[in-house]
Amino acid sequence: MIAETGLAALWLAASLALLQLVLAFVGVKGNKPDLLAAVRPAAVAQGVLTAIAFALLIALFMRSDMSVLLVATNSHSAKPWLYKFAGTWGNHEGSMLLWVTVMGVAGAAVALFERALRRDTHMATLGGQAAISLGFYAFLLFSSNPFARIDPAPADGQGLNPLLQDPGLAFHPPTLYLGYVGLSVAFSFAIGALLTRQVDASFARAMRPWVLGAWVLLTLGITAGSYWAYYELGWGGWWFWDPVENASLMPWLAATALLHSVTVLATRDALRAWTVMLAVVAFSMSMVGTFLVRSGILTSVHAFAVDPTRGSFILGLLALYIGGALALFGWRIGAVREGAPFELVSRETMLVINNLLLTVILGLVLIGTLYPLMTEAFGHKVSVGAPYFDRIAGPIALALMIAMAAGPLVRWRRDQARVVSKRLLIPFGIALLLSSLVSALAWGRIGILPFLGLVIAGSVAVASLAPLWKRNLRRTPLFTYGMVIAHLGCAVSLGGMASDSAFTVEKLVAARPGDTIETAGWQLRFLQIQPLAGDNWTALQADMEVRRNGASVTIHPQSRFFASPPTSTSEAALLTRWDGQLYVVLGEEVEGGRWQLRIWWKPFVTLIWLGGIMIALGGALALLGRERRGWLMKWRARAAA
Amino acid sequence: MKAKHQRLILALVALAALIGAGLLAASALKDEAAYFYAPGDVKAKGVEPGKAIRLGGMVVKGSLKRAADGVTMSFDVTDGKATVPATFSGIAPDLFKEGSGVVAEGSFDAKGTFIATNLLAKHDERYMPRELEGMSYNETTRVLQVDQ
Repeated sequence: MIAETGLAALWLAASLALLQLVLAFVGVKGNKPDLLAAVRPAAVAQGVLTAIAFALLIALFMRSDMSVLLVATNSHSAKPWLYKFAGTWGNHEGSMLLWVTVMGVAGAAVALFERALRRDTHMATLGGQAAISLGFYAFLLFSSNPFARIDPAPADGQGLNPLLQDPGLAFHPPTLYLGYVGLSVAFSFAIGALLTRQVDASFARAMRPWVLGAWVLLTLGITAGSYWAYYELGWGGWWFWDPVENASLMPWLAATALLHSVTVLATRDALRAWTVMLAVVAFSMSMVGTFLVRSGILTSVHAFAVDPTRGSFILGLLALYIGGALALFGWRIGAVREGAPFELVSRETMLVINNLLLTVILGLVLIGTLYPLMTEAFGHKVSVGAPYFDRIAGPIALALMIAMAAGPLVRWRRDQARVVSKRLLIPFGIALLLSSLVSALAWGRIGILPFLGLVIAGSVAVASLAPLWKRNLRRTPLFTYGMVIAHLGCAVSLGGMASDSAFTVEKLVAARPGDTIETAGWQLRFLQIQPLAGDNWTALQADMEVRRNGASVTIHPQSRFFASPPTSTSEAALLTRWDGQLYVVLGEEVEGGRWQLRIWWKPFVTLIWLGGIMIALGGALALLGRERRGWLMKWRARAAA
Repeated sequence: MKAKHQRLILALVALAALIGAGLLAASALKDEAAYFYAPGDVKAKGVEPGKAIRLGGMVVKGSLKRAADGVTMSFDVTDGKATVPATFSGIAPDLFKEGSGVVAEGSFDAKGTFIATNLLAKHDERYMPRELEGMSYNETTRVLQVDQ
């Protein structure tokens, strides 16, 4: 019954989306308030129905109902409850249901909480949201039904990929999806504004909180995913330029550009067409990413199943929505009047540079991700890997960081080059000081990119604090604090990346219990190997006594074996210190009773994710600042009345 | 400055950035795109020593040997048409085993042995590297096989 109810809820939500689409567009076009009155309830009902369907699928997984095909192929009754729960979205159908649910709930939120937008644009936006939801309902219902039954039901399920059996699964995909699919709201806003020809500052002010919200969640999701891959895969790396990582990075790059251009539009009424374009591009990138991942067309950890019909279905949706949005853009953008002008030396120009660099990185990552597909069409098998992406993204990202440091120090509308260069003097001085320091310490030992990374991270960190210089800190708006913290976070993260690639020490040995290994100032005494058992796994665990001057700690790298599906994973042991992480992986037993050990000391690697969290926190503060001002104003207006 | 001039400058800067980016991408792709080779391709076309490539195929059963240091191993990779010897230092991925598919990143040395710096094994039993198309996964034995 549960499965059938879930399926019914989905069908109902899909029909409501169709209704919402028709009502909104006919209502806006013919200006019929009675039709429009039903749009918001339809959007809210959709949000509720998708949430119900999703909750029911979770219930099926929790109860290990093996008569449901999806549960039987992806779950197992002996799994700990957390992985039954999170395993709901650890597969193709479940993750697509999560996608549709986020879209439905986001639509409901726009219906309920959006107050700043003009009414007709609001309705057209909800129509747009219904239009994109409809395609994904169709995808779910016709080619990826999560509620399909299997008869006869198997005695038990096939289990969840052990690599996914980690607390990270409970946090990373939902957060990422909230951001990823949350960008659909920006897309719908763009459609709505184009339809009602309302591309102006007030539209941008209404759209900004939604973009900020999605961007914050996307940032958190990517940061969490990076840390998860870092400790779970046991390769010691934090970013692999896997197509799926690119699929989340591309919307993030577009959303970051959008975040900055929407601010220009909101405060200065400039960059109108460009902002709308970015809103379309950002969610298009989410859809391209989904196509790449879900079609199985690319090799990836995240490619759950290879099914060509699904690929062509998503490709069709992609062509329809991106093509449709671009056509609407081309048709209507002529009607959008030119925005306000600005001088060459101005905050606006700096933000244009930011947008340009972000877009270039986006384009290059997209080319690198799609290139293997394009060449394969001509019969060559090519893989584009980390060397390409490092080489193209590295230098441009560094240029972007410099622009980011300088941008907030330039005034809106018009500024004087001489005054600006004076303000940049201190960061420049620091950069000079740092580079001489770093070169004195490490010249010749580290590569040029990590070297530049360290220098730029240091000076950008200082420059990003500069907007608070000589200001009354109590009266500085939360929005400014948000910007400062987010920019500082970029510098912190860059510092971590540069430090990791410059100073990491690696040691690979085969050791017997009783041996002591020394590396990078650490002493690791290999005590023993012992067997362990968990809920649905057994493991071999190495106990190692670790010390660097002073007290010792015991760490436990493991090799785990899962019965269903039969696989083994290695659980790296991580020891976090203020100045870095010790990362130990246990390998196999080799002849002579020795065990393979791979040990890394990674100085300041944790800054990478700390920076990511700071970026998200900055975004959240900016969001809170804007919203709080709105509440205050409303409250005052009410008090005055 | 007039709005028109300023717009022109911005457009020129944007154009220059795009052209620069395009050139960068083209040169990087030419140098860095690791071309994928199966052992049969290696035999047919030849790969110069030192060139970074990806080598994909199946690990020949019975070919896996470990060196005395405990962390270096050697194995043969085959695609059914040719077989190539390879070595790897490090901890092999959990799913790396004889009779299973592997994609190795690295380069050939002067003697024609593939020195792998990284091994990518399949991540779960339903996941198959795109590059290993033409080989199939046997559900019962859970082993990749070369289609005949």
